[in-house]
Amino acid sequence: MTYLAGEMMTGGYGGADILHECSIGVDRGEIAVVVGPNGAGKSTAMKAVFGMLGLRTGRVTLDGEDITSLKPQERVLQGMGFVPQNQNVFTTMTVEENLEMGAFIRRDDISLTMKQVYALFPVLHEKRRQPAGELSGGQRQQVAVGRALMTQPQVLMLDEPTAGVSPIVMDELFDRIIEVAKTGIAVLMVEQNARQALEIADRGFVLVQGRNAYTDSGVALLANPEVRKAFLGG
Amino acid sequence: MTDVLNAIVLLGNFVLVPGLAYGSQLALGALGVTLIYGILRFSNLAHGETMSFGAMITILVTWLLQANGISFHPLPTALLALPFGIIGAVALCLIVDRLVYRYYRQQRSTSSIYLIVSIGVMLITGGLIRFIIGPGDRKITDGERFIIKARDFKEMTGLNEGLAIKTTQGVTVITAVSVVAFVFWFLGRTRTGKAMRAYSDNEDLALLSGINPERVVMIAWIMTGALATIAGTLYGLDKSFKPFTYMQLLLPIFAAAIVGGVGNPIGAIVGGFVVAFSELIITFAYRKVFMYLLPDEMAPEGMIQLLSTDYKFAVSFVILVIVLLVKPTGIFSGKLL
Amino acid sequence: MTQTHQPTTTAQSRRNILLFGIMTLLLCFVGFVQSWNVTFSLLNMCLISAIMALGLNIQWGYAGLFNVGVMGFAALGGLAGVLVSQAPIPAAWAAGGAGVVGGLITGLATILAGLAVWRRTRMRGRQRHWLTGLTVLVGYTVMRMIIDPAVSAIEAIDPARAGFLGGAGMPIIFSWAVGGIFAAAVAWVVGRISLGLRSDYLAIATLGISEIIIYFLKFEDWLTRGVKNVAGLSRPVPYEVDLNKSAQFQEFASSIGMNVIDASSLVVKISYAILFTLVLLVILWLSEAALRSPWGRMMRAIRDNETAASAMGKDVTSRHLQVFVLGSAVVGIAGAMLTTLDGQFTPTSYQPLRFTFLIWVMVIIGGSGNNWGAVLGGFLIWFFWIEAEPMGLWVMDALTSGMPDGHWLRMHLMDSAAHTRLMTMGLVLLLVLRFSPRGLIPEVKR
Ligand SMILES: Nc1ncnc2c1ncn2[C@@H]1O[C@H](COP(=O)(O)OP(=O)(O)O)[C@@H](O)[C@H]1O
Ligand SMILES: [Mg+2]
Repeated sequence: MTYLAGEMMTGGYGGADILHECSIGVDRGEIAVVVGPNGAGKSTAMKAVFGMLGLRTGRVTLDGEDITSLKPQERVLQGMGFVPQNQNVFTTMTVEENLEMGAFIRRDDISLTMKQVYALFPVLHEKRRQPAGELSGGQRQQVAVGRALMTQPQVLMLDEPTAGVSPIVMDELFDRIIEVAKTGIAVLMVEQNARQALEIADRGFVLVQGRNAYTDSGVALLANPEVRKAFLGG
Repeated sequence: MTDVLNAIVLLGNFVLVPGLAYGSQLALGALGVTLIYGILRFSNLAHGETMSFGAMITILVTWLLQANGISFHPLPTALLALPFGIIGAVALCLIVDRLVYRYYRQQRSTSSIYLIVSIGVMLITGGLIRFIIGPGDRKITDGERFIIKARDFKEMTGLNEGLAIKTTQGVTVITAVSVVAFVFWFLGRTRTGKAMRAYSDNEDLALLSGINPERVVMIAWIMTGALATIAGTLYGLDKSFKPFTYMQLLLPIFAAAIVGGVGNPIGAIVGGFVVAFSELIITFAYRKVFMYLLPDEMAPEGMIQLLSTDYKFAVSFVILVIVLLVKPTGIFSGKLL
Repeated sequence: MTQTHQPTTTAQSRRNILLFGIMTLLLCFVGFVQSWNVTFSLLNMCLISAIMALGLNIQWGYAGLFNVGVMGFAALGGLAGVLVSQAPIPAAWAAGGAGVVGGLITGLATILAGLAVWRRTRMRGRQRHWLTGLTVLVGYTVMRMIIDPAVSAIEAIDPARAGFLGGAGMPIIFSWAVGGIFAAAVAWVVGRISLGLRSDYLAIATLGISEIIIYFLKFEDWLTRGVKNVAGLSRPVPYEVDLNKSAQFQEFASSIGMNVIDASSLVVKISYAILFTLVLLVILWLSEAALRSPWGRMMRAIRDNETAASAMGKDVTSRHLQVFVLGSAVVGIAGAMLTTLDGQFTPTSYQPLRFTFLIWVMVIIGGSGNNWGAVLGGFLIWFFWIEAEPMGLWVMDALTSGMPDGHWLRMHLMDSAAHTRLMTMGLVLLLVLRFSPRGLIPEVKR
């Protein structure tokens, strides 16, 4: 039983369906990666799993429980964290305030979690009094991930966390994400840089036009000649 | 030397002191507008009527207090009644939000629809106010009229010109400073305040963080109602209460908010004073100032007034136009609540 | 149009005929119960309101532009009424005409100079602002030095009856066109400044300009006599007194069994009604034609999806400017007609509630985007705006009938009954927006 699973999801933004019986999921301590061409519906699938999209059919389960009807906020309370693709930080607020807002639903002491986030991303500690809007792209993504970690989630969902950052920063971010997964958190992420992402992935989902084209382990997908040809540039 | 002092006192008396008071009133008004803009993302055309409504409740309670011989000497009794006015206006805002705006929020309507809706709210509130208290002029000031009288000032300093500070002006500035300080403390330091800023900055992300939008909206209305009542009452105390003047105040208030950058509280405060002082500086007759400063033979003939006071509202408009032309996002652009 | 759409369209047009029929019945009802004179007074105002609503509908309904300054454009139309029809006052022109004209030219030159400096000093950073400001300040001071003495001279000439420059001494009917032009000119300037920015900036800018126009008309006595008003404007229709004196008319009146006084005032009102109806029909026809034309389709395309339209290479801002100017011109025409009907120009009568927000209620309730809707809204809302007062009084009277005659609450309620109509309008607006947001005659999706 997969820890977080979106099963046979069909739905869209009110108009035509974008997703067609699409399934993605991830287990604890694992990294699952969703790849596919632009407009394939990767972000849409993430939103569907997080409850930001009405599903016509299919369901979402978390730890065996059906959470299809829960609102996004309620999923946050259930231990899910989400870093959207765009506008994923509060630009006018300081780094520290961003983290505080991440922990908004928590009523206990958050200082320890904040320390952990700063330990994971030391540069954020340096810049904690600076508005997040003034940071570089890579630093912003760190804020975004840090914000989502502040609820101490069981599942972390990331939509293209490395979009628009340099290769060096990308590698560094991937290292951090592996570290996060090692703590037992389930990481489900969408990536443009399919090759690198699949290298660190325990599972991979290749989406094409809202459908699952291939689903396998990361290594197997990398080895699959069809996948290589169509999606990894040979 | 005394001539220079006289000129300074003259300007202080007719520009600085009234400007500080009027600027405070506008700043509080603009703060309310900006808050609603930042959270609900529309320009609330009913804000003037909210100010008027809160001031009206304050006046009614003031009359009640006065009739029972309760006073707040030497301060105006209206200050005692102010909390009731605030409660009234807050109740109005919350009821209106529940009955009217909430529906459009759920529909995710465009800001134009909100604008029309706020016209409807404005008409109803305006009608209600006129229905209850009538369209006429109400003076509500009591207590000690002056903190410093012009005559006392002259005797004290031996200058020709007097500097008068009305109690209402003093009260206005002190109240405004405390209220603004509170608002900034609230937005900058408290959990709820930060949540409001977060919501204003990025609504979707705020939702993902578990911030409850309905609560944020509710607090925004509570603050707006309170700010509007305070601004409206202070304006009414300083000038006089007349329902239709509040609609005219919309223009300078919106000008103030836009000058500072809509959605930005610091901008609203700065904008309020920019508008107020521009109005006074441009409509002040400088003849006497020049008479003090220039030798007698160069004494000016005319009033040396850039614009007649009849046109004080035009000043806000010109400022608005300049901002729209030069920097449409306002002075403090890019920063929301 | 496909077969399946046909029945709904006929149902809709049947409904429209019914709605206009009800409106006619309401007016006739007033004719029978109150008097036909009242009916035609109402009808004339209904016609003017309908034109104003058409103007606003062009802006809001076609293009989604938010004009909260209808009052100002209507007042400019009123100003045209004065400037076109009043006889010129030679003494005033002799005393200050040159100064005023010179001053106005200086003012214009100042604006142009300011713009030129602003454009030329693009590279200068902060200096740019100061240089432009200084140019404008100097130009403005010169203008005031030229214009102020001229204004006092003009206002000193026979202030009890004149004290202003007078007008062009032409038939007032020309003012309808001139009013449209005045309004269009101001709209062009306001539009140039505020269109293309965030949508509510236009709202605030129009709100501001309309207030300022009113202040200008109130305080520039040399132009409008200010709060002293200009009464006794000429008319495009016969005067009652002349009719009353004419033997022919007396005969006509007795032949239809009416007394001469009533008959003459009725005839005058009917004449106005005919003129106004003609104007309304022409504007309505033009608006409908525009709406059906490719231009109208493009306008609606822009309104419904600005981003897509501008991505397709449409110049959204200049289209918006066009539509804003056209709509304002229509409002200006209606404003001039109103002043013609009143026979006088009273700047203090322009209240935003009556001239701006009431028109908004008309458009929304009639059905934004539909010209027939705007017309119906204009009729219906004006009718109730006027008739709500007696109705309100009647309701208050009924509600408080149990109270003794001098009871304070009863007195207060009776006194305040007039204000209930503001509330009613607001309430109707909100109810329609909520439960029937497309209005009584919804926009036809073409
Ligand atoms: N908010 C939205 N409303 C309507 N359609 C959308 C929205 N977001 C994305 N789409 C459409 O859904 C499809 C999939 O988009 P998306 O999930 O963002 O793709 P990906 O993330 O794989 O690049 C695209 O055709 C896109 O145009
Ligand atoms: Mg995407």
